[in-house]
Amino acid sequence: MAKPILMLAEQVRGQLSDISFEMLGLGRRLADALGAPLSALVLGSEGAPLAARLGLADKALTAEDPRLNMAPPGTMADALRQVIEKEQAGLVLIGATNVCMGVGSILSARTGLPFVNNVRQAQAEEGAVRLTSQMYGGKILADVRLGGACGIAGIYPGAFPADAGRSDKAPPVEAAGVTVTAPKETFERYIEPETGDVDITKEKVLVAVGRGIQTQDNVGMAEELAAALGGAVCASRPVIDQGWLPLSRQVGKSGMNVKPRLYLALGISGAPEHWEGMQGSQCIIAVNTDAKAPIFDGAHYGIVGDALEFIPLLTDRLKARRG
Amino acid sequence: MNIFVLLRLAPDTVEELEIGGDGKSLDADILRFKPNDPDEHAVEEAVLLKEKHGGTVTVAALETPEVDDILYTALAKGADRAVKLTGDLGAAQSEAAARLLAGFLKAGGPALAPDTLILLRSQSIDDLEGEVGPYLAEALGLPYACVVTQVAPAGGAVKVTREFSGGLRGEFTLPLPAVLGIQSAEKPPRYVPIAKVRAAMKTARIETVDAGAVEQPARVGVERMYKPEAAGRAVMIEGAPEEVADKVVELLSKNSVI
Amino acid sequence: MDPVKFSLFGLPGVALLWALALAAFAVFGWRIARLIGLLRQGRYENRFDRLPRRLGHFLKHVLLQPRLFNERSIGLPHFLIFWGFVVYALCFNWALIRGLAPFLPIPYPDEVPAVALFLDVFAVLVLVSLGVAVARRLFYAPPHLHLSFDANLILSLIGMLMVSTLVGGAARIVAEGGRSAAWTPFSGLLAGLFSGASRETAHHIVAAAWWVHMLTVLGFLVYLPFSKHLHLLASPFNVFFNASATRAVGDLGTPGAKEDLTAGASRWQELTWKQILGGFSCAECGRCDRSCPAAGSGYPLLPQQIIQKVKDHVVRHGLNGANGNGVPKLVGEVITPAELWACATCMACMNCCAVWNEQVSVIVALRRHLVSQGEVDRTVQDMLGNLQRYGNSFGKSDRMRARWAQASGLKIKDARKEPVDYLWFVGDYASYDPRCEEITRKTARVFARAGLDYGLLYEAERNAGNDVRRVGEEGLFEVLKEKNQQAFQKARFQRIVTTDPHTLNTLRHEYAWEGARPEVRHYTEVLDELLQGSKLPLRQKLSGRVTYHDPCYLGRYNGVYDAPRRILGALGLELVEMPRSRDKSYCCGAGGGRIWMEDAEKVQERPAESRVREAVALGGVSTLVVACPKDLAMFRDAVKTTGNEGRLAVKDIAELIDEATAEPEAKPA
Ligand SMILES: Cc1cc2nc3c(=O)[nH]c(=O)nc-3n(C[C@H](O)[C@H](O)[C@H](O)COP(=O)(O)OP(=O)(O)OC[C@H]3O[C@@H](n4cnc5c(N)ncnc54)[C@H](O)[C@@H]3O)c2cc1C
Ligand code: SF4
Ligand code: SF4
Repeated sequence: MAKPILMLAEQVRGQLSDISFEMLGLGRRLADALGAPLSALVLGSEGAPLAARLGLADKALTAEDPRLNMAPPGTMADALRQVIEKEQAGLVLIGATNVCMGVGSILSARTGLPFVNNVRQAQAEEGAVRLTSQMYGGKILADVRLGGACGIAGIYPGAFPADAGRSDKAPPVEAAGVTVTAPKETFERYIEPETGDVDITKEKVLVAVGRGIQTQDNVGMAEELAAALGGAVCASRPVIDQGWLPLSRQVGKSGMNVKPRLYLALGISGAPEHWEGMQGSQCIIAVNTDAKAPIFDGAHYGIVGDALEFIPLLTDRLKARRG
Repeated sequence: MNIFVLLRLAPDTVEELEIGGDGKSLDADILRFKPNDPDEHAVEEAVLLKEKHGGTVTVAALETPEVDDILYTALAKGADRAVKLTGDLGAAQSEAAARLLAGFLKAGGPALAPDTLILLRSQSIDDLEGEVGPYLAEALGLPYACVVTQVAPAGGAVKVTREFSGGLRGEFTLPLPAVLGIQSAEKPPRYVPIAKVRAAMKTARIETVDAGAVEQPARVGVERMYKPEAAGRAVMIEGAPEEVADKVVELLSKNSVI
Repeated sequence: MDPVKFSLFGLPGVALLWALALAAFAVFGWRIARLIGLLRQGRYENRFDRLPRRLGHFLKHVLLQPRLFNERSIGLPHFLIFWGFVVYALCFNWALIRGLAPFLPIPYPDEVPAVALFLDVFAVLVLVSLGVAVARRLFYAPPHLHLSFDANLILSLIGMLMVSTLVGGAARIVAEGGRSAAWTPFSGLLAGLFSGASRETAHHIVAAAWWVHMLTVLGFLVYLPFSKHLHLLASPFNVFFNASATRAVGDLGTPGAKEDLTAGASRWQELTWKQILGGFSCAECGRCDRSCPAAGSGYPLLPQQIIQKVKDHVVRHGLNGANGNGVPKLVGEVITPAELWACATCMACMNCCAVWNEQVSVIVALRRHLVSQGEVDRTVQDMLGNLQRYGNSFGKSDRMRARWAQASGLKIKDARKEPVDYLWFVGDYASYDPRCEEITRKTARVFARAGLDYGLLYEAERNAGNDVRRVGEEGLFEVLKEKNQQAFQKARFQRIVTTDPHTLNTLRHEYAWEGARPEVRHYTEVLDELLQGSKLPLRQKLSGRVTYHDPCYLGRYNGVYDAPRRILGALGLELVEMPRSRDKSYCCGAGGGRIWMEDAEKVQERPAESRVREAVALGGVSTLVVACPKDLAMFRDAVKTTGNEGRLAVKDIAELIDEATAEPEAKPA
């Protein structure tokens, strides 16, 4: 039997982040393929209720210590090291997120385990794991083989489906028995996102509307869709010029440069000035009535159709899914 | 304050990246390097801190081709000293680079001056193994914070703001000396006109320090490097409007957007 | 009868005149000396070259004032007031000398019949002109005309001079016993007023009018250098020393500079003396504001204000000798960055300023300071970074510069490898903008059809730097220029053809060449010549009504107005001119780096939108023809935002030529 797989669940303010489920789904798949047990580790106070939601793990471990709330990477790495030793874990999954940034490298330095970051694909093969890591902003992929399935993998957010990690079961939960050395870095407090207008450069999901949206009233429809997606609305310049949205929502050469995970371009032709501001988006889905619109040359997915018809259909489905 | 900023050039991804003959690394002949964007934020933050709290800013980098340019640019922006570490560096990866830099920082004695702040990029586009920052903090035994967007030193400690996600941030206090991975400076990096860089080239000097040789802990073996399949025209999602909407929902859920 | 022969409280008239004249001239001289002192504190630039040409420029534009006639309501009145002023100034000095030295055996000017006639007629012409000027101020003032108290005072003083002349003349007729009014017809008409007066009284009136006249002039003399009518003294010099008297307007270089001007001006002393003189010369007429597209769009820029603010700042703080504390910052406080960044360097202001001010050079000098402080817009900063790194504003690899040709299998000579007649300097937009690629290919095909021997620099071409220089990043301009010059040295060619008028401008006027300066031509000039010389056979006449937009950097900067028009004619198109055409062309708003700038606030109407509406208003015009790749981007966008899609197409002139010269079978069905 292969060595156990350990995943570090990520929590922010008592909530498990999506990445936790993305990693859990992946961990489950690898564990089954390798015939290894899967453990999940939740750090920080009040970990038990969170651990209970990680049903796909064979067991969930908690380390309920307030000093582990938003702990600095060194402290997290230290806790992980202890658990790895105790559990004899081979493969360790960590989120390649802002919250856990730095944990992988410090852990690697302390344990001598190889660390592969920004993993987008993972496959188990004969007692080993092959990881595909994204480099240079996604322009290059590198395959790395972790022999004996031992090593640390930083999992790229959004690369694996979170749904695959959700389950109604509750795993057996036990205390990990970690000794926490007081971190030199102290977490003081959360700073809430500033209220006021949204900063579209920081949004993960953007619903972008162009002249194809036709009237100001229809912008409201887009707002609704954005809310259902947990994102914000932005626009091409002509829409801003109309005064339908504030200048801070303009994407493009003379507006903002955005790189969201999803850019939903509704009724936008894809002029170079607009393209300049959103080309870095991870996934661009364009809806346009004109099959020859230049936006389709660069988008990842395209839909030839009426945005005004598409918006409510999608909104309804998203709402139905949630509620 | 005694501020160090550690700089490094990164491969320019505007240029086509090509895979080298070994299939495991980038083709160095085609590769061009450019200043790291986050490095510019680190320099900016250092200069802002100096303007606010006084002190000196030292920029340092391992020797690589064209690295002089970024050092001179930093001098033109207000850094006081520029240091280039030379020696048998090979292509020092993050961990090895961190050891070399730690060696340089500790050259004045094992304990750093108590008002020392070491700034560097929080992330870089060419980081496979992780980041230099955490390795460096580890090698120096110093506290570390990354994704830092605000830095406020006060009496032997420094208060920093770290970015988590979705606009949520957190405030941390670190005792000095400390290593900070800078995500963005308080203000966007200033533009430095060419004339000033040229003036710096004429008047300032880059110190060179022999960093010696370093052994590369090669923990990760790349088997194959390749380019993702070229994304051509969009993949069209077809069908009746209702079908299309269903397919999009599916697509979004597969990509964990929802 | 001599007006100085009287005494006031025992003081002889001559002595009084002496005292007053000395005092007035002293104040005048003292003020002028101080103003010149201010000029001398400015930085040096050489404006003393080619004096004969300068003199010619001076004679034309000071004596004839053709630019003033551009605005009909004030052209002739100003011309008359100006010449009236000259005539009266000469006669004043004559009368003054005669009055100060009564023993001289010369008459007073108005005792010479011919001169008297002149003064008499001019007095009336000037009064009428003043009437027009006052009415214009009161009832139909054009926008941006500065309606100051100062101006009204000056107009009344001038009126006073004329009235005193006429009254004096009328009284003299009575005093001299009904002398013939043949030489002073208008005074003659007035003489009836004094018909009841005794000759004695009339004598007194003559003397009084003389004194009023002289005192007014002396007062004027004192007041002049403190008022906006300083332009009267300064502007002739301003015209004489104007840059474009001896150089191209498109050359922003500063010959003979003794200091490094790349960091621009943050204090008034860092402006050149000529830039300061411009402030003294401004007549506050508002012509420049009226022509300015930035002002027209509601951006916070008024070119007149730039000139005026510089003047006020220099006079207020320079004369006090105040430095440092309490003096507001020229850039930032007196003139805001937003004003400076709004300028499209379109040259409209300089093209209409009757005193030949150089607004653009002042704006660029102040921008340079902002750049030297790193105070540039985020988007401009990105562009400058791109230009530094990749040599183009698109931030694409230099290796991709000729992709438009390579990707479609066009074989074009590499001028670095084989000699060519024309080196085609394609420019950033035509090379990299996806909208322009096809047009650039068409241009290449048209060149080929005409048998033009041409080649490219391929990846060695860099942005020529025209707009970089106008943004104020002089150091980067130098770098780009050097790189291009190195590339030119490696290439073999006879002449240069450019697509972009901005590129044309800087290559033509701002690059230094080893050996003979090659001819730098715009593609419209080359294609016009080929069409005229029948080198480019037309396969098909086009038809339709089109209008043409003169790009600022082609028209106002380089005087190319006719070549594109001839091309359109040759193609068989009917050209309908927009009201603002040729040198009155209205900027699209892209120049001077504006195309890279982010909109800080909502604008009323972008210049390009105003222009598109102008074209649409012509009626029956289907196409707006452009000859600049940036125009294409600007106007295609503006056609959309003004809701004129389907009503007006924006086409590059090269597309039309391609259409008319394409092999029939090559045309899509
Ligand atoms: C200097 C400069 C700077 C600029 N900066 C910016 C900038 O920062 N940001 C920016 O966005 N633009 C900018 N522009 C403008 C840019 O050139 C384009 O004009 C603009 O992006 C077009 O916006 P659009 O796609 O919304 O409109 P259009 O180009 O008119 O496209 C509308 C699209 O909607 C489609 N459509 C119509 N009805 C429907 C429907 N019911 N359902 C689905 N699709 C429909 C149409 O087929 C069409 O493709 C700039 C231009 C210039 C010259
Ligand atoms: S150059 Fe053009 S935009 Fe600039 S101030 Fe003059 S008229 Fe206005
Ligand atoms: S600068 Fe010239 S055009 Fe403008 S107000 Fe002054 S005199 Fe008139």
